[in-house]
Amino acid sequence: MASYAATARDHRFRFDSLAAVMAAASPERSGDQLAGIAAGSALERVAARRVLMDLPLTTFLTDALVPYEEDEVTRLIIDGHDRAAFAPVASMTVGDLRDWLLSPATDGAALAAVAPGLTPEMVAAVSKLMRNQDLIRVARKVRVVTAFRNSIGGAGVLASRLQPNHPADDPRGIAVAVLDGLLQGAGDAVIGINPASDNLANCHALLVALDEMRQALDIPTQTCVLTHVTNALTLLGRGAPVDLIFQSVAGSQAANEGFGITLSMLAEAHQAGLAAGRGTVGQNVMYFETGQGSALSADAHHGVDQQTMEARAQGVARAYAPLLVNTVVGFIGPEYLFDGKQIIRAGLEDHFCGKLLGLPMGVDVCYTNHVEADQDDMDTLSTLLAQAGVNFVIAVPGADDVMLGYQSLAFEDIAYLRETTGLTPAPEFAAWLDAFGLSGGALPDTGAMVRRLGLSA
Amino acid sequence: MSVPDLRRLSALTPARVRLQAGAGPTDLSDLLRFQQDHAAARDAIHGQVVWDALARDLDPLPVLRVDSMATDRATYLRRPDLGRQLAGHDLPRLNASLQLVIGDGLSAPAVMAQAAGVVRALIACLPELAGRPVVLAQGARVALGDAIGAATGAGMVLMLIGERPGLSVADSLGAYMTHAPRIGLRDNARNCVSNIHLNGGLSHQAAAERLAWLVMQGRRIGATGIALKDESGGSDLLPPLG
Repeated sequence: MASYAATARDHRFRFDSLAAVMAAASPERSGDQLAGIAAGSALERVAARRVLMDLPLTTFLTDALVPYEEDEVTRLIIDGHDRAAFAPVASMTVGDLRDWLLSPATDGAALAAVAPGLTPEMVAAVSKLMRNQDLIRVARKVRVVTAFRNSIGGAGVLASRLQPNHPADDPRGIAVAVLDGLLQGAGDAVIGINPASDNLANCHALLVALDEMRQALDIPTQTCVLTHVTNALTLLGRGAPVDLIFQSVAGSQAANEGFGITLSMLAEAHQAGLAAGRGTVGQNVMYFETGQGSALSADAHHGVDQQTMEARAQGVARAYAPLLVNTVVGFIGPEYLFDGKQIIRAGLEDHFCGKLLGLPMGVDVCYTNHVEADQDDMDTLSTLLAQAGVNFVIAVPGADDVMLGYQSLAFEDIAYLRETTGLTPAPEFAAWLDAFGLSGGALPDTGAMVRRLGLSA
Repeated sequence: MSVPDLRRLSALTPARVRLQAGAGPTDLSDLLRFQQDHAAARDAIHGQVVWDALARDLDPLPVLRVDSMATDRATYLRRPDLGRQLAGHDLPRLNASLQLVIGDGLSAPAVMAQAAGVVRALIACLPELAGRPVVLAQGARVALGDAIGAATGAGMVLMLIGERPGLSVADSLGAYMTHAPRIGLRDNARNCVSNIHLNGGLSHQAAAERLAWLVMQGRRIGATGIALKDESGGSDLLPPLG
């Protein structure tokens, strides 16, 4: 195993492995401290970044942070690496890559072309050399467009997931939350429920309820019940209206086993979703969530820092052409991201890394009550992400998820972001809002919406 | 349909719906209500259990006080591993078949409002607990109960602990039980009864009945966790938050 060294001021710092360099170079966060791999001092952090600056990108192809023989995620990354796409940056160091990404001459087409040649470890490494403004500046050049019943991710588009969760999965309560979101222009990325119970019959009933609402109002969007991939497969087999197949994914085989999944299960699900053929304008059928700290919490991080493990989780997601990928950045708790500063940084990193890898990146801009954060931090992060060109964000009524017990964005926050940036909903959805008088011009016929959602008295 | 008709629908969900197209910025009164609810949750998380008062509430049960290795709130939040370890205590071998532990967890108000009531209801269901010492643990995570159970030689440990506060309820108590407790057990070795509070949650009496059922059934099959299914007759509980 190679060792590395660099100097900051007059201090010489040694690192026993590439993983140690990556961990020490990461911005401060509680999860890496919990794992005992964070930089021991601020100077050590700078020294580690100096090591990365001069490190050839090809190092990541030969020095696997998680062993190739032990881990199918590493094998997916290495075996799937596109050497031809990598060629334009193959002779660069991580520092060179940073400069190249920031160069005005490097445009979205160049970034899209190189994406299959970049590994998660490479994009994680370069993110550690970038300030928040750099993460925004580069990510905003990248457009990743995906489609199912509408197309998301185009220039000038900011979509949103409408998350109508209910503590008892009550279909009428859910319908009210769906109506609330639609009235405020949310729901083009997906109308997606986290079920309170993973019981199959319950999930089936929710899928039918969401699909009936979508059809009743002829909404050009997709629906999802976020249950385990094996449940979605079973329900597809029973003829349930499964638009998107959801799964949480992590950056190592062992962490994915903690989620009860393997890569072959994801491949099977992807094929089943394609076979169902429910998309009308596109066939991106998968929806993935990730979040820094998931590998550590499963004791499956292999001594690798949480931000790099997160990029590896994104490497899993990109193998299955997803419609949507989002980080649940503030959900996992203060032992991984302690406060608003760490959540904001991590949200920008996850968005940047995902976009560089070619993913349709969204973010659940969120926090739990035991984190040092509040809605002001969410305003900051969502405003930055809108600047960075995020594909979608998640919104719930009044920012309060009454089932999962955490705070995300509110529907009116989507309206704020659109008002202050000029961003618009997905084009098909924008036309639908127009037709229902929900884009500000005419008076909406809310009575008809209520009747069609089955909510009349 | 007029606006009041739409507002009527808000009774169908506890969510903070507005049901208004182009609603604009949040109404100030709603904003302040949200801030108030978040403030209550924050205060609950950073509050301190008044252990002497709790001991008086538990009287005549004797109490033993212990601390985890997480010595202050900031450390507690950052280092869940320390909250699972006992700080150098010499706990006596109590050898209880069921050892009660009360831990602060993430909500001091939950412990102050619910713990003594649940213990009294439990004693009514499980008379063996009468007169037995209760361990009071500061800086506690759920798994600290296993360390305490192991140190005291308990056959089973039952940890009552403050749950992570939500915006609507900041004083909800959780109960976790482990058969043959020892250090290093995972969540799948425990059973949980959550949402014990007086604001639409599980009452002290209902929680005690369910826990007593789980204790008896756990003894019968010699296990807790995934092997022990809650079929105690009540409605299905939601999984614990976070």
